[in-house]
Amino acid sequence: MAQREVIVGSRVGLHARPAALFVKAATQQPVKITIRKGDGPPVDARSILRVLALGARNGDTVVLEAEGDGADEALEAVAIVVAEDHDDPA
Amino acid sequence: MVTIDPAAPAPPQARSPLQGIGVCPGRAAGPVALMGARPRLPDDRPAVVDAEAEASAAIAALSATAEDLEHRAATTTIHGAAEVLEATAMIARDPSLEESIRSAIVKGEPAAWAIDRAMEAFKAILLDLGGYMAERVGDLDDVRDRTVARLLGQPMPGIPERDMPFVLVADDLAPADTVTLTPERVLALVTVKGGPTSHTAILARSLGLPAVVACAEAASLTEGELVEVDGGTGSIRVGITPDEAAETNRLEHERRAERAASRGPGHTADGHAVSLLLNIGDAAGAASVAKVDAEGVGLLRTEFLYLDRQEAPSVDEQVVLYTEILEAMGGRKIVVRTLDAGADKQLPFLNPDHEENPALGVRGLRTARRSPQVLVDQLAALALAQQATGAVVWVMAPMVATAAEAKWFTDLAHEHGLAIAGVMVEIPAAAVRAADILEHADFLSIGTNDLAQYTLATDRMAGELADLLDPWQPALLDLIRMTAQAGLAAGKSVGVCGEAAASPTLAPVLVGLGITSLSMSAAAVADVRDALAAVTLAQCREMATKALEGRRPS
Repeated sequence: MAQREVIVGSRVGLHARPAALFVKAATQQPVKITIRKGDGPPVDARSILRVLALGARNGDTVVLEAEGDGADEALEAVAIVVAEDHDDPA
Repeated sequence: MVTIDPAAPAPPQARSPLQGIGVCPGRAAGPVALMGARPRLPDDRPAVVDAEAEASAAIAALSATAEDLEHRAATTTIHGAAEVLEATAMIARDPSLEESIRSAIVKGEPAAWAIDRAMEAFKAILLDLGGYMAERVGDLDDVRDRTVARLLGQPMPGIPERDMPFVLVADDLAPADTVTLTPERVLALVTVKGGPTSHTAILARSLGLPAVVACAEAASLTEGELVEVDGGTGSIRVGITPDEAAETNRLEHERRAERAASRGPGHTADGHAVSLLLNIGDAAGAASVAKVDAEGVGLLRTEFLYLDRQEAPSVDEQVVLYTEILEAMGGRKIVVRTLDAGADKQLPFLNPDHEENPALGVRGLRTARRSPQVLVDQLAALALAQQATGAVVWVMAPMVATAAEAKWFTDLAHEHGLAIAGVMVEIPAAAVRAADILEHADFLSIGTNDLAQYTLATDRMAGELADLLDPWQPALLDLIRMTAQAGLAAGKSVGVCGEAAASPTLAPVLVGLGITSLSMSAAAVADVRDALAAVTLAQCREMATKALEGRRPS
């Protein structure tokens, strides 16, 4: 199983636009990805409701996991979205 | 075109007009489209015969809701709406939602009930997280309502979809309804509830749509019947003919073209100058100033910088946004109101605590008592943008009650290099003690909506008490007079930036009370300019005297 730890870069946390962008990216991957916060249970990264319900804030560490062919590439693609600050005006 | 057809239906019966409160002047006629009510689950719950078929029906309905939202996202022309609609569609396509629905169906819930139950569960989780997450429950309700309506064959909730422009008739409008509301589709707004300062009224003014609120009889209007709405008088004519409707719209079109040509600074018939300014809330609004030839901005609401955020914006970010707006002024003056958070605009970094009575709590300038840095940053950013553009910037604080608060704020603004600093008069205490406040403040601006709310002890959103929020209330006019007279004595400017300033009938009264500037939405400028040009200052004073005696023009 491939695994990545990422710090939430968005200043509003995984909420609103950042959450939607994350779910969109996860949906586009060929493998199923899960996301969890700390010791919490992993949830489906394609579920906007579950992702919002994590309540992940700016600076929190989340763990992304996936299995199968292309898992590493898929995690790389969605990890970038988590780490970015989408509200940066620049 | 005249056709004689003995089989044609009799002309619609003329009925006596309905009466509500006009909140945005202008007339429009067209067919009624009723706002869809939220679907209700019938009391009798049918048994699930075929669980797989129920699940398929539920998923198909969710899918149709998602497609509908995605289609609207792809076709909307409203700024920011596509993102909101896409995010809502994403909820309808959520795989976890599908799982929850399936498991509810297996337990014996039919499709519509299963969706309702699954949504309630997710809503509870988000509400539990509070703050930001809790704000999303409106989107969940929207998906639930649309999908349940589809499954039960009930009318679609929300703003109706029609081929022709229509008069929207609703119980009341929520901020979420406004995302898909455009002047191309909607001719006029009529609501059963609401008051002069409700969301419907504010939306109508920003779009320039004729609107009537608090019209209880509007509940009797039926789908498709032709009506004529007068957003100035609040009157609604029912059962008009198609020819009459066309004539009304033609005249209104002419009137608007004429209005668009109205130009020049405000003054009375005998040349007494009254500045006509705009209320704006973002950079887009700043562009209207030149369009309607206003003398500047009398109220820049700065909340747009702070809403939907977990932390306050940085100084650099604010400088960029202020600079854009200040440049659009082209040398005209702009009055910037510092952040007015609290009450109905809660921000996580300023109002973390629950308040029993937020309208009387830590809002406006009061938030600086515990978080002064947010205000300090805002003043610093404004000063930098002022230096960069050379614009004429006046700054003012909301919700000031005492001379000591006014001194604290104006000293702070002056220290930051903002030479002209004033305060808003929204609290009766500030109006009563306007002379003391003017020892420190360089100008005053009266927010009549809040001043009415606090003077008459009436919630701004309480539709059934709308008569108490009437800006003609003599007690409110007394406080305006006291404030204006204190300004005249001190030789300082006292403006009005509440909805009262946008009324062509009330504007001369305000001038008669001693007000020196009026700030309003762009749509109101031409009418107010004309109303003032038609009367002398002496007539304004006579009208003011009558209004203080409780007599209003018929």
